[in-house]
Amino acid sequence: MSARGRELFGLVVAGLIASIALASVTIARDADIAASAVTWGALFLALYLAAHVVVRRTAPYADGALLPLTAVLTAFGLASIYRLDSDDGGRQAVWVAVGVAVMAGTLYWLRHDYRVLESYRYLFGVTAVALLLLPSVPRLGEEVNGARLWVDLGFIQFQPGELAKICLILFLAGYLREKREVLAQGRLKDIGPLLAIWGAAMLVILVTNDLGSALLNFGIFLAMLYVATGRASFVAAGLALFIAGAGVLYNAIGHVQDRVTIWLHPWTNEPVFCAQNGQLELRQDCGSYQLVKSLYSIANGGFGGTGLGEGTFNSVDGTQLIPYLRTDFIFSAIAQELGLIGAAALLLVFMVFVARGMRIALQAQDGFSKLVAAGLTFGFALQTFIIVGGVLRVVPLTGITLPFVAYGGTSVVANFLLLAGLLLISNRANSPRA
Amino acid sequence: MNRQIIRLTYVALVLVGVLVVMTTYWQTWAAASLADRQDNAIKRVAEFSIDRGLIFSFEPRKRLARNVEREIGGKTLFFRRYPYGALAAHAVGYSTVARSRTGLERSLNDYLTASNANLSTVVDKALDELRGRSVQGSNVVTNLDLDAQALALEELGTRCGAVVALDPRSGELKVMASTPGYDPNLVEEHFGEISSITADCTPAAPLLNRGSAGLFVPGSTFKVITAAAALESGRYGPEAPFVDPGYCTVYGKRVNNFDTTRPFGAIDLTNALASSVNSVFCKIGLKLGAKQILDTAKRFGFYERPPLETPLDERLPSGLYRSGQLYYPRLDSDVDAGRMAFGQERMLVTPLQMAMVAGAIGFGGKLQEPHVVDRIVAPGGKVIEDVKPRLIRQAVSKKTADSVAAMMRLAVERGTGTAAQIFGYSIGGKTGTGETGVPGANTTWFIAFAGRDDESPPELAIAVVLQNQSGTGGETAAPIARIVMQAILQGTENP
Repeated sequence: MSARGRELFGLVVAGLIASIALASVTIARDADIAASAVTWGALFLALYLAAHVVVRRTAPYADGALLPLTAVLTAFGLASIYRLDSDDGGRQAVWVAVGVAVMAGTLYWLRHDYRVLESYRYLFGVTAVALLLLPSVPRLGEEVNGARLWVDLGFIQFQPGELAKICLILFLAGYLREKREVLAQGRLKDIGPLLAIWGAAMLVILVTNDLGSALLNFGIFLAMLYVATGRASFVAAGLALFIAGAGVLYNAIGHVQDRVTIWLHPWTNEPVFCAQNGQLELRQDCGSYQLVKSLYSIANGGFGGTGLGEGTFNSVDGTQLIPYLRTDFIFSAIAQELGLIGAAALLLVFMVFVARGMRIALQAQDGFSKLVAAGLTFGFALQTFIIVGGVLRVVPLTGITLPFVAYGGTSVVANFLLLAGLLLISNRANSPRA
Repeated sequence: MNRQIIRLTYVALVLVGVLVVMTTYWQTWAAASLADRQDNAIKRVAEFSIDRGLIFSFEPRKRLARNVEREIGGKTLFFRRYPYGALAAHAVGYSTVARSRTGLERSLNDYLTASNANLSTVVDKALDELRGRSVQGSNVVTNLDLDAQALALEELGTRCGAVVALDPRSGELKVMASTPGYDPNLVEEHFGEISSITADCTPAAPLLNRGSAGLFVPGSTFKVITAAAALESGRYGPEAPFVDPGYCTVYGKRVNNFDTTRPFGAIDLTNALASSVNSVFCKIGLKLGAKQILDTAKRFGFYERPPLETPLDERLPSGLYRSGQLYYPRLDSDVDAGRMAFGQERMLVTPLQMAMVAGAIGFGGKLQEPHVVDRIVAPGGKVIEDVKPRLIRQAVSKKTADSVAAMMRLAVERGTGTAAQIFGYSIGGKTGTGETGVPGANTTWFIAFAGRDDESPPELAIAVVLQNQSGTGGETAAPIARIVMQAILQGTENP
């Protein structure tokens, strides 16, 4: 079967998964399959079939697994969000449609040769820094949950960090392809740009309080630097610098300190000072409330889960027991309702996506394509690790989104851009030489 | 660059792989300990969809805790009602959405929600879930005697205190009364009414189960243990002669008897216990040393939490306390053994522990495990836990126990405990008055065992404690003990 044939088959399976998931949500809620569930399932399949047609036209030789994997991830996300709040589910569905459209537009626009982007590398670099700093502009940025991540333009709100990540990868790919031989010699004078980027990462933490996206972007940088130069010592030095810098910032910024304390000691037996209300409280009732409730939610799922629509997220009077369930803690919701089986399945889909992405990086012929594919895929994996790892208490919890699954328009659109990039690179690598 | 990309692939896959491992950890390994955490509101709320097991009293068989169904958001939820209100509140506890559980509702939660790891309940539960039915929990039958429980609460009245009564032969706990009490039906929505309860003591602490978690100065009831230690040491017999000058000298200071105006003069050990002569026990304490007495106390269960089915933190160990912590002296000289021997000197005990002491003395030195649960029955009627009597240990020799029992019988016959006499029964008891130095703030006690006659094993052991009293244990606590004992003994005679 051709790549496109496999893609079509995979999409039909993803459409079935989405329909079954939505149907079980309505069964749990109304003890009946609502007609809307079937309609939504059909619309979902139609949307991805349209995407399939666009891919067939613009990138016929592209990897056939990525689009179905994406469809499965968005199906997980849509079903969970719809289950928590049907209005939000509708909104997220619109954003998925917008994401598919943006992907289609990108594929069409760059169908001949995406490598023109390489010549705009410095523009991407400047854009990345500007986007990262945008939320800290007074009156424009918004502080949510202790970190400045949002930009409010009045008519629309968005998280520029997601787009900045893609710009940064394009810049680094262009820059590193050009400088890789020089950098690989490891002369002291070439270290300058490296230090500049480290400084920028620290600056971003300092002004946005956003440890998560700093870790993500710096991790992508180190990964791409390693791919370009093959020198593990650079990675070691970079990590050492990051840890040293984060250590200094840890002592300087209370927010970062809180996050780490919560991570190491979420439960206390004695009341401790609670910054939220200025009183003495057990930490599980105060600072680590979110993390602890998320762990309880995951644990309540057990092996098989409670079933979609049967999880406990609210108290009997309707008050929410777990905060930010649709965004930061979507994994906790999925893990409770689908159990270890479902959560592991979701993570395996992420793993396959990562493996396919890296395979594309291996297949690509030129350095720029290899670096972009590796950067995008590693960024995807690292982002998943940081947010799910935060929810699972593997790393301190920071508010970034779970790609394709969590509620949020900017995130969905940015990840469809990422998908478009991988499809384009894959298409070029597999197309027969003209 | 391909070599680097392959390595990077490994790193990326390991990162996501770690997430799979950690999800497995939280959902399997750590799930049980997270479910047990008191702040786990998710588990607590989730369990309201389970048709929770009922809790019954033994005699008469009444439902102490039952369920009311309510439809909320398309789901059937089961909320607790306690038909007898405050009557058995401290032992049964409560299960609410708003607050973490207490009492048997907490410690037996796994049985009541059918989540105990037992093959048949696991299968039943899975079948219930597959059929879309509410999962049904197992029922608990307690040993509580509801009439005696009601009588004990009535007798305690507005005073702060506790009554604990058990069968020393089997360990069956029949009465666990504590005042001030609270109505568990108010916990969910009217908790403010409970926290504003006031009583003759501060803090009123209505939620505290004084029967097993209240620590009180034992006063002269501790002399039972000192007497047992004296006999066990072999240095004294029941007729060991003493001379009572009305006081005892410890570290050059005089420690007075309760009534210093009438020294007893020449007296033997048996009469000294019956008349509760401080100076005699003070002398024994100085002779034996604190550690020997404490070691005898340990044989009776001191320094460990009594094994009952209620939650661990609702049972406190008895013993010496120093700044809120249980404390065992390293050297004899660390403790004033003379004052400890008659129940002062930072000795703190629970009524449950003292009922166990009285019971073991009456039952030939055999210390039985106390049980408030009689059996646990699965929804189909199958008994999944049938609690059998279990000996903790032979606390002291039968000879010692019988001698001390005779001393306690003498105390009820013509000593300090005459108020506890019941016609037709053989009662052995010991009074106690723990002086706090503030008038009207004494802690008064009566501990006793009761049987048909001197020879047959006792059917009942009891401990009564009252806070903030101006009278003595014999005047205040002994009458309550008599009324409650009479109700249980004669209740079993004419069913």
